[in-house]
Amino acid sequence: MIVLEKRPQPSKAWSYATPLVAVLATMVFGGVLFAILGKNPVEAIGTIFWEPLFGEFSFYYRPQLLVKGAPLVLIAIGLSLGFRAGIWNIGAEGQYIMGAIFGAGAGLAFYPLDAWYIFPIMVIAGAFGGWLWAMIPAILKVRFGTNEILVSLMLVYVAEQMLASVSLGLLKNPEGFGFPGSRNLQSYESAHNAELIAGSGMHWGVVAALIAVIFAYVLLNRHMLGFHIRLTGEAPRAAKFAGVNPARLILFCLGLSGALAGLAGMFEVSGPSGVVSIDFNVGYGFTAIIVAFLGRLHPVGILLAGFLMALTYIGGEIAQSQLGLPAAAIQVFQGMLLFFLLAFDLLTNYRIRAARSEVA
Amino acid sequence: MTTPLLSLQGLTKAYPGVVANDQVSFDIGEGEVHALLGENGAGKSTLVKMIYGLVKPDSGTMLLRGQVFAPPEPRAARADGIAMVFQHFSLFDALNVAENIALGMENPPPMGDLASRIREVSETYGLPLDPYRTVGDLSAGERQRVEIIRCLLQDPKLLIMDEPTSVLTPQEVEILFETLNKLRSEGTSILYISHKLEEIRTLCDHATILRLGKNVGACIPAETSARDMAEMMVGSTLQTPERSGREFGDVALDVSGLSVPSPSEFGTALKNVHMTVRKGEVLGIGGVAGNGQDELLGVLSGEIPTAADAIKFNGQPIGKLGPTARRKLGVLTAPEERLGHAAAPDMSLTENALLTGSVREGLESNGFMKWSETKNFAERIIGAFDVRTPGPDNAARSLSGGNLQKFVIGREVLQSPDVLVVNQPTWGVDAAAAAAIRQAILDLAAKGTAVVCISQDLDELMEISDSFAALNEGRLSAPRETTGLTVDEIGLMMGGAHGMEVAHV
Repeated sequence: MIVLEKRPQPSKAWSYATPLVAVLATMVFGGVLFAILGKNPVEAIGTIFWEPLFGEFSFYYRPQLLVKGAPLVLIAIGLSLGFRAGIWNIGAEGQYIMGAIFGAGAGLAFYPLDAWYIFPIMVIAGAFGGWLWAMIPAILKVRFGTNEILVSLMLVYVAEQMLASVSLGLLKNPEGFGFPGSRNLQSYESAHNAELIAGSGMHWGVVAALIAVIFAYVLLNRHMLGFHIRLTGEAPRAAKFAGVNPARLILFCLGLSGALAGLAGMFEVSGPSGVVSIDFNVGYGFTAIIVAFLGRLHPVGILLAGFLMALTYIGGEIAQSQLGLPAAAIQVFQGMLLFFLLAFDLLTNYRIRAARSEVA
Repeated sequence: MTTPLLSLQGLTKAYPGVVANDQVSFDIGEGEVHALLGENGAGKSTLVKMIYGLVKPDSGTMLLRGQVFAPPEPRAARADGIAMVFQHFSLFDALNVAENIALGMENPPPMGDLASRIREVSETYGLPLDPYRTVGDLSAGERQRVEIIRCLLQDPKLLIMDEPTSVLTPQEVEILFETLNKLRSEGTSILYISHKLEEIRTLCDHATILRLGKNVGACIPAETSARDMAEMMVGSTLQTPERSGREFGDVALDVSGLSVPSPSEFGTALKNVHMTVRKGEVLGIGGVAGNGQDELLGVLSGEIPTAADAIKFNGQPIGKLGPTARRKLGVLTAPEERLGHAAAPDMSLTENALLTGSVREGLESNGFMKWSETKNFAERIIGAFDVRTPGPDNAARSLSGGNLQKFVIGREVLQSPDVLVVNQPTWGVDAAAAAAIRQAILDLAAKGTAVVCISQDLDELMEISDSFAALNEGRLSAPRETTGLTVDEIGLMMGGAHGMEVAHV
């Protein structure tokens, strides 16, 4: 019989090894899945993990990794701070949308003025939009004790309606021949979040994501506020005893995660996407929740997890088009990754032992 | 010689890094009350868990009435007549007594039958208990009765009791002993775990002493002095806490007309509490658990805010201040619950040192933590209070209860407070560690700190406190000088016997 035995201390070695073991297990079981679907498993796995990085067309895919990975990391970093403290912002998607609307709106308000300060104003407006949207669940929770999970999630659908409304009305391109959607910010120099190095995929959102990683790392490891966040998550009573003000923490965590999600939306709308349109949001805000946990709520882990997620998205798309794998198979593959990661996570806190069934 | 009820032979159990039990052998006779003594970490819990089927021994055998006994799980142990009352109750506050008992049974009878069985057993053994009362409303002593009756319904041959008297008033202890004596006279054997040596001397027939996992001796408690037993347990000579001089200064802590509702549904509201503590004075607050101790600590620590004037420190109203502001002034507290309240279980000792030490020890600057200073502070606590751990990077939960308690108390004591409030400072702590903690409290008082010690251990309060008051249903009795107080007077201050009656033997 196999028993689980709780370790007196979480194992450091396993906490680093489990992501690798999980990726390997996903490759093995994903390979089996692809084989059952009648594809060559080695080729399929190779396509997903190798092609985007080192394949023939990697010059095209590599920048895509940054474009897809950056918003995931930026949002996930914000979410992870709240998750650490047991504050569950599930509505990053809505804050992402509001950031895009505010950011793009601020930029378009100046159209066609050409000035250096327009883009910084858009950055601030984007962060403000996300922050504002996150403050709704935050204040409701602090004042009336509502559940932030429900409120933030519901606000995603409200934000989607707002997005549709502004795409059709307020921000609609006057020269767009009646089609929904705003002017393309890519063709408005002062508001364009252009690639910093042409063809690299490196835009300001990537820079912001990296800064956020460093900021979160310093906050959690060097600052009292980060200590209080971790303390609240691990032992709420001890946090209260230590003098942590829960209301302030809720406002901070929700506000920051909202602002970062808003930034991600703003960088997306002014860069890779370019237009505010009805189908602007593609689920980064929800995927970022997975990224945050995949990176075990650790800033560096989130950076790697965001990269891995982006890789499976892009590799999955290549596998779909080149090998004709069904999209559902790719989703199962991504699901496996999360499943194995959470499953192997157990080894950090427990050891597996073969128990002797008899007493000698 | 007759076959003993349970015979343990060479039981060994090793955990990674520590041998919890090393070749432990002893016998428990039929109808015998057998004491198991030992410091924290001596391996008592592991041993009883093996008997109860929660842990499997690595080697060694157990014989129950001559038959090999190796319970794979508690259910099997219960089927063979072993019952256990744990130190921590496993009861649901929102359910009534009968429902709680039914939850622990394999095939619970209909509720009506069960209720009458409970009444019957409780009357036979002098443990009056209404089966339809909600457990959340019961006192700690009454909750323990629920656990005991739950065991007695199985008609056990061996009843294991882990520190049963730690939550009882003297009168309740007396009643418990009557019950246990009655069980003994009916032929039930009892394995009794306790730190309280005087109790063991009055109650137990035999005692086995464990130290560092080994059986280091046996004695007949009635013929051995408490001090000798303690020294066998510790393996060295024991220091009795001493204090120099009892001179009191001005009033440091002044609580007047303090009334607060309890933050939790099953808590106790504090009602019009008055007390003053002078510099250098130790005020002991007794009372059965659940009579407002947690709330009193919460109010004094700043976790539960109250009217500003209700609490004054050196004349300054501090009732509205939060924990951090009070620490800054010099009012420090150490709550009862070590894991999760006084310390964060999964965080390192260094981080736990920061938890309350950040303000007074200057462990932060502009909000940034000073890791090396914090680590130094943690190491100072570990050194000064002999906390046994490989180092400050270890998680709090990896420490034994007593060691973590030393750390928690040490953390506050080393910050040289002006007022120190401790709740159950030596709860579940072995004799040597308890003596060290009490000594530290007395040393602090000798330096002029006003100390409030909330405890359920009356011996402890008599030993260290200058004045004594008792909490009963959220009301605090008027403090009286400790010298000259009799046990009966204390019992009355604590609110009598809570409707208990002596067993009809």
